[in-house]
Amino acid sequence: MSSFNSFDETLSAQFSDKGVTLELAPFVVRIYTDIPSVLAGLQLYYSEYPVPGSSAFADFHVSLRRPRSAYRWFRPQVSFEFDGTVPFKPLPYEQAYPMFEWGLNWCIANHCHRFLMIHAAVVEREGCAAILAAPPGSGKSTLCAALVSRGWRLLSDELALIDPATLRITPIPRPIGLKNDSIEIIRHFNPSAVIGPVVKDTRKGTVTHMKAPVGSILRSRETACPAWVIFPRYERDAAVRLRPHSKARTVVRLAENSFNYTLLGAIGFDALIGIVDQAECYEFTYSKLDDAISIFADLKAPPLCQAR
Amino acid sequence: MSGPMNVAAAKALTCTETLIDCSLGDWDIVIRQCRAAKVLAKLAARLEDHGLLDLIPEAPRRHLISAHLVARRQNQAVEIEVEQIRKALARTQAPIVLLKGAAYAMAGLPAARGRVFADIDILVPRERLADVEAALMLHGWISTHHDAYDQRYYRQWMHEIPPMQHIKRGTVIDVHHAITPITSRIRADSKKMLAAAAPLPGHDRLFVLAPEDMVLHSATHLFLEGELDSGFRDLADIDTLLTHFAAADDSFWERLMERAVEVGLARPLFYAFRYTEKILGTRIPPRIQAKAAVGSPARPLLSLMDALFLRALRPKHSTVADRFTGIARWMLYVRGHWLRMPLPLLVYHLARKALAVEQSG
Repeated sequence: MSSFNSFDETLSAQFSDKGVTLELAPFVVRIYTDIPSVLAGLQLYYSEYPVPGSSAFADFHVSLRRPRSAYRWFRPQVSFEFDGTVPFKPLPYEQAYPMFEWGLNWCIANHCHRFLMIHAAVVEREGCAAILAAPPGSGKSTLCAALVSRGWRLLSDELALIDPATLRITPIPRPIGLKNDSIEIIRHFNPSAVIGPVVKDTRKGTVTHMKAPVGSILRSRETACPAWVIFPRYERDAAVRLRPHSKARTVVRLAENSFNYTLLGAIGFDALIGIVDQAECYEFTYSKLDDAISIFADLKAPPLCQAR
Repeated sequence: MSGPMNVAAAKALTCTETLIDCSLGDWDIVIRQCRAAKVLAKLAARLEDHGLLDLIPEAPRRHLISAHLVARRQNQAVEIEVEQIRKALARTQAPIVLLKGAAYAMAGLPAARGRVFADIDILVPRERLADVEAALMLHGWISTHHDAYDQRYYRQWMHEIPPMQHIKRGTVIDVHHAITPITSRIRADSKKMLAAAAPLPGHDRLFVLAPEDMVLHSATHLFLEGELDSGFRDLADIDTLLTHFAAADDSFWERLMERAVEVGLARPLFYAFRYTEKILGTRIPPRIQAKAAVGSPARPLLSLMDALFLRALRPKHSTVADRFTGIARWMLYVRGHWLRMPLPLLVYHLARKALAVEQSG
């Protein structure tokens, strides 16, 4: 297993043909592309990830290419392919890199029912994980980026992968998606954060990504115990507030935020009940990231997680 | 062209026990081909039957389990949906014959294990069609084709009405009133097949086709229709049905052969035998194969059909495509239409479709 350092010497032609294989624990992804913005993005965000041999098993074979439609002369586009199938309509060519990240999310959400998957950011400290579940626009990723800038380990900014058998969370640390105002907020909050090129006018607005901390990447095989389920909400000028949330409501809200709760049936129900049973559940309102950091620093691990 | 057994998905389904020696690189191909062919859950079921699923390396096993869970969920959903359909049609008193996946699932056949569904197909007597359609509309199913031409295409020439989708659940039902299109060159005796349908125990007014007819229906759809995107999966269905029915009843092969001649479907049965054997190694007794030759096309045509079907029936995946695969699929698509309607109508229909694509694209 080599590392991914000499990336810039690798020819894009080779990437287009044989692909580049990345280990994003627990998945291996093979990417075929010759689009410079995607190659540059991979180099920027993924240079510390392990590269398994090319003969190894890949969970997802994805490619990003310019579609061969007549439209391309008028306005260049990019199309995401999952092993020969095209799950989405093409996007403007400038959005190629974000499309890779979004496409990969789609691959995982649709093919990994071995896990109960919840749309949430997950961060960890001393083996205890905080699940930050919230609909888009509630400041979940901003909070996640802030926490990992202050020593929390990034497990994921999008997906809580819960093993129904052990109830533990499997990390999948990847770049953290930032959009609109939160881009400048995080630049200011953590000047040393690696933040990539900004892409404007996507369906999510202006977007970019923040590189996952190297420590989180290196520890991507270490699972964590779900200790807190927190529903964060950014509210302009609001005082910071952490309020216990009913466990019953927490189960319902997590189920609503899950990609495959219904599909898993009893397995999903048992896993969700198990998690909520052992975790502390809160609603969290904040306007200043520093306040949020100090509240999170004071979180006490519940007994079940301490025992591990 | 390489031999059919070089298709990793086919080998995985037929020689399942050899998977235990697979390298991770082999698994990469097996999982991708099976996923593209919609048989990943079927492979998981086969591995489970062999007691091998737990011995598979973690990475590929995760995908097998994932596919198995999706299929399991769909099988549960089919049961619920069938009951909804039965209730919606209660007042019509029409007999409802379940077809394809829904039939395999409700009849508890091995072909349902690990099978994934897109929609539910039912067959009703043609004279009850208006009642059935009205009752479905009353219970929330609406036609998915709003174009007047599409409506006419289905109603005047086809064996089914346009698919209907439930406004709340999003589920889709295909209502058939015959086995083959009204204008088809090969026309099955739908009345005879409908009359032989067997009641589904415990479900009032629900029926499934008799075993022979179930195979013939599956073969007819695979080999007369032009869309072969799920061709490999459908071929695997036929293989599983044949193997299951033949194991349960010694006289099955003879009855199947006789029935095919009786209802006018000897041609699709010939193809079903030929390609299940060539691609999936299905064991068909030689005496039956000899009899099935009555359905064979003339030599030159058969060679052409081999060239087309042996390509198009592979999983739709880059690792089993050669430079003729695309054209083979296209030619079979055209053939599907050719078989379905007389030439003038076909020209009119394809021109219409081509122009519609131009306009919307």
